[in-house]
Amino acid sequence: MNDQGKAYWSATLGLLGKILAIWFICSFGAGILFADALNGIKLGGYPLGFWFAHQGSIYIFIALIFYYAKAMGELDRKFDVHED
Amino acid sequence: MDLQTTTYLVVGASFALYIGIAIWARAGSTSEFYAAGGQVHPVMNGMATAADWMSAASFISMAGLIANMGYGGGLFLMGWTGGYVLLAMLLAPYLRKFGKFTVPQFIGDRFYSKSASTVAVICLLTASLTYIIGQMTGVGVAFSRFLNVSSDTGIYIGQAIVFLYAVFGGMKGITYTQVAQYIVLICAYIIPAVFISLQLTGNPLPQLGLGSTMSGSDMALLARLDQVVTELGFGKYTTTTAGSTLNMFVYTMSLMIGTAGLPHVIMRFFTVPKVADARSSAGWALVFIALLYTTAPAVAAMAKYNLHATVNTAVAKGGDLYAAENSIVAEQRPDWMKRWEKTGLLKFTDKNGDGRIQYYNDATKNPDAKAKAEAAGWKGNELTVNADIIVLANPEIALLPNWVIALVAAGGLAAALSTAAGLLMAISSAVSHDLVKGVFAPNISEKNELLAGKIAMAVAIVISGWLGLNPPGFAAGTVALAFGIAASSLFPVIMMGIFSKKMNKEGAIAGMLAGLFITLFYVFAHKGIFFIKGTEFLGLIGGPNPFFGITPEAFGAIGACVNFAVAFIVDKMTKEPPEHIQHMVENVRIPRGAKAVDGAH
Repeated sequence: MNDQGKAYWSATLGLLGKILAIWFICSFGAGILFADALNGIKLGGYPLGFWFAHQGSIYIFIALIFYYAKAMGELDRKFDVHED
Repeated sequence: MDLQTTTYLVVGASFALYIGIAIWARAGSTSEFYAAGGQVHPVMNGMATAADWMSAASFISMAGLIANMGYGGGLFLMGWTGGYVLLAMLLAPYLRKFGKFTVPQFIGDRFYSKSASTVAVICLLTASLTYIIGQMTGVGVAFSRFLNVSSDTGIYIGQAIVFLYAVFGGMKGITYTQVAQYIVLICAYIIPAVFISLQLTGNPLPQLGLGSTMSGSDMALLARLDQVVTELGFGKYTTTTAGSTLNMFVYTMSLMIGTAGLPHVIMRFFTVPKVADARSSAGWALVFIALLYTTAPAVAAMAKYNLHATVNTAVAKGGDLYAAENSIVAEQRPDWMKRWEKTGLLKFTDKNGDGRIQYYNDATKNPDAKAKAEAAGWKGNELTVNADIIVLANPEIALLPNWVIALVAAGGLAAALSTAAGLLMAISSAVSHDLVKGVFAPNISEKNELLAGKIAMAVAIVISGWLGLNPPGFAAGTVALAFGIAASSLFPVIMMGIFSKKMNKEGAIAGMLAGLFITLFYVFAHKGIFFIKGTEFLGLIGGPNPFFGITPEAFGAIGACVNFAVAFIVDKMTKEPPEHIQHMVENVRIPRGAKAVDGAH
């Protein structure tokens, strides 16, 4: 792999790492490990930890995938490896 | 029009639509048959993936399970959606770039080994077949309930319909049919939820209604539900966890990894035109899945509230839940309860002979609830409700019109049929493409390969139908196994194939076998060898859930760790993969040069 390819791959891995960290913090963190602590805070009628487990993490997952698709598109063009 | 006629009309119309679409989208070539010619728009593909993914389990069972489990039920919600993040980022775009029809073909090429591909076929067949049996059983139950035929006849009808459009339409037919099925099932799920959310909270959006205050009161719906269920001795709805925090953590992880590793879901990303489309298509799939998955917790909590409110008038109007006059008189119970009693899924027995229905937790550890129940002269819980009827009975509980009930029937069938078709496609391509063409007859013509695929599909329909007729104690255990296998065998090996250039065939094969074996071992110890009753061997491993209290359903994540560890160790001890394979991996990692999928070996 040439230097350009290496740089593209490490940029990709960096992006994946960031997104997976958010993925983990929202679902396993806020939804499970810290749910009890967060339940003290109310979001409307929802206890916050419960909201993350039953609603919030799903919305965040969707946002993460679209952000990923957009950010990867930009990386592809920056390193000139995009399709067409 | 009575309920029966309305149901026939709505279900009949939906079937006519599916078959019409299948005829319109007939597959001509192998590329159209396996990958819909690689020309499906990402939004369409997202919709089809959603229908493919959401089975009878999501549609019928999940909300009921959540209603029973409360907060802990969130593991299904997070587990079955969070996997799409993994799929979108770790697998889908790279497999699309690789440009072949099937998952075993990727594994076979990447690990330069027919054996690796054959092991992958075995994992795929086990996962898909076990999963499809549950769907067939679901089809049988749904048909028998709504069309008034026996469950067996229901399965025969289901087999015939799936056969028609899966065998003739191939992936192209299935994809477009699934788009229609998605629309039917999502309407069927959301319409009753909107009605009920309006009734209870005045907010038409169930996602917001669940977090709102009750109509005519300033108390939040969830707070009132918590209050009612704890007073009746049940666990608090918004905090009761699933087993332990560790078990919930591992269970959620297993479902996520399993989702990303299920071959019929992965295959969907071969049908889009470009690598960039594979990325966004996973996002669209999750949008369409989330419509149902964010509604489900509202359906669950509201149905639980409505059920309590039906049998105890103090739930809605306030007052003492234990006062004698607040439990409803059995003779005056609503018609829908009588209808479901006939199915045996809802049971009422008057234990204290007072002619009223008392619904509470008689095994409670809450001393308050226990004392109150004894003081009120309650002699045990008198109502049992099977979790599976919550979604189906939901519109009846809320007294919604007949066409809504008929629509829910059509939705349940759409969910079961679309998933069954997707699984059949995965089985068919694994057998015809990876076994017949890949191993036994490499020179087979395209026409004969298509024929082999169709025969494999027909055989799979017959086997799954037969097992659906004689379920060997299946259901929840089956689904757990399907996810466990996908999570512990396929996901790690595909991921390592992309993210490690040095992973070799010895490591991959050893990893797959180790992950598969340890997961099967743990599941079979609890559920019996191949689910045959009486062959459990819990004594051998030291009682139920011996591994840190982790349940067999949650074990897939542990199996995946074993897979990674074994693969890594074996890889270090054997020689690295040839130069051209390492170049291939580098090439898979960049989108440029992606071409239409083809089947060439």
